[in-house]
Amino acid sequence: MSIFQTTALAAAGIDTGAAADAAQTRANIMNATQAAEDAVIAPLYTGAFSHELRAALAARIAAAGGVPELAERYLAKAGDMAALADPASDGGDLAHIIAFVDRAANATKDIAASDISDLQAAGVADADIVRLCELVAFTAYQLRVVAGLKLMKGAAA
Amino acid sequence: MSRIIHKFTRTVPTWQPRVTPVNLAQATPEQLEALSVTPSNTKVSDYVLTLAHDVESLKVRSPLFNAIMYDAGGMSRAERELGAIGASMVNRCIYCAAVHADRHAKLEKDTAVTDELFTKGEKADLSERNRAIFDFARKLSEAPVAATPEDMATLKEAGLSEEEILDLILSTALFGWANRLMHVLGDPVREEVSA
Repeated sequence: MSIFQTTALAAAGIDTGAAADAAQTRANIMNATQAAEDAVIAPLYTGAFSHELRAALAARIAAAGGVPELAERYLAKAGDMAALADPASDGGDLAHIIAFVDRAANATKDIAASDISDLQAAGVADADIVRLCELVAFTAYQLRVVAGLKLMKGAAA
Repeated sequence: MSRIIHKFTRTVPTWQPRVTPVNLAQATPEQLEALSVTPSNTKVSDYVLTLAHDVESLKVRSPLFNAIMYDAGGMSRAERELGAIGASMVNRCIYCAAVHADRHAKLEKDTAVTDELFTKGEKADLSERNRAIFDFARKLSEAPVAATPEDMATLKEAGLSEEEILDLILSTALFGWANRLMHVLGDPVREEVSA
């Protein structure tokens, strides 16, 4: 896979120019970012979160983060979970998961011990809480890489 | 007794998990492999044992982290730490801010920049270059992302190369990740010494 086919660079629309040249010098990081995406969006051990649900949550986080180009890519993989990708959806049966994802992704500084104990009280296993945090945390990283790359591309235009 | 730390500090606290870490004695072969546990190396932090609940993520994260923060070329190590500190201040990850402010001070052999940041926050008195770096890191860390083309132009005016700007984006974004593990899954605590 060329680094320009990785989600981050493709979503930012980067294949030539100064930003592309800079990305080439960090090809290992671009490839490792893609490997991390595979590990959180399509893991072998899914725990309580199917690949489709993971894609829907990533799309939701990317949309709320202000990076629609990334949200679109994840939405395409969300299958019958696609409705959850809309930041306006309250999540229905998964409301406790959605509420946590939104706070951890978009109001990180306000997270407190009660956010975790509420998930535990709702029957979410500790291993699944960690899986959910990795999904939120990775997507928060990737959307900011894409946002930054877009600004680099814009400045070179 | 331990007390939860709420203020930014360079004195690195202890990290106390809010979930139960993986018990090494009950770890799966995959977990042991990802933890790099060998008969001669059985010391694993509670943080890493917590992340071992998601072994696939844990395996890919360490090489990525090290490459972004330590690979040769591009932005200086101290300036990458400034990106990490900017993110950690926005997300109020006291633990991450402490670790990386301590590293910044050691790399620079000077505590002035992190003293300013922890005392005055956004209004810190910084050099033009550090100001551009910190402001970009802070705005890239907001949700939604608040960094603008003007902030990018300011980085270039401050003399940053394309490679340095990419490293700043990567180190700042990486702490958008690290903060959402450290600050969400645990508390920064200090052991109280009883008299």
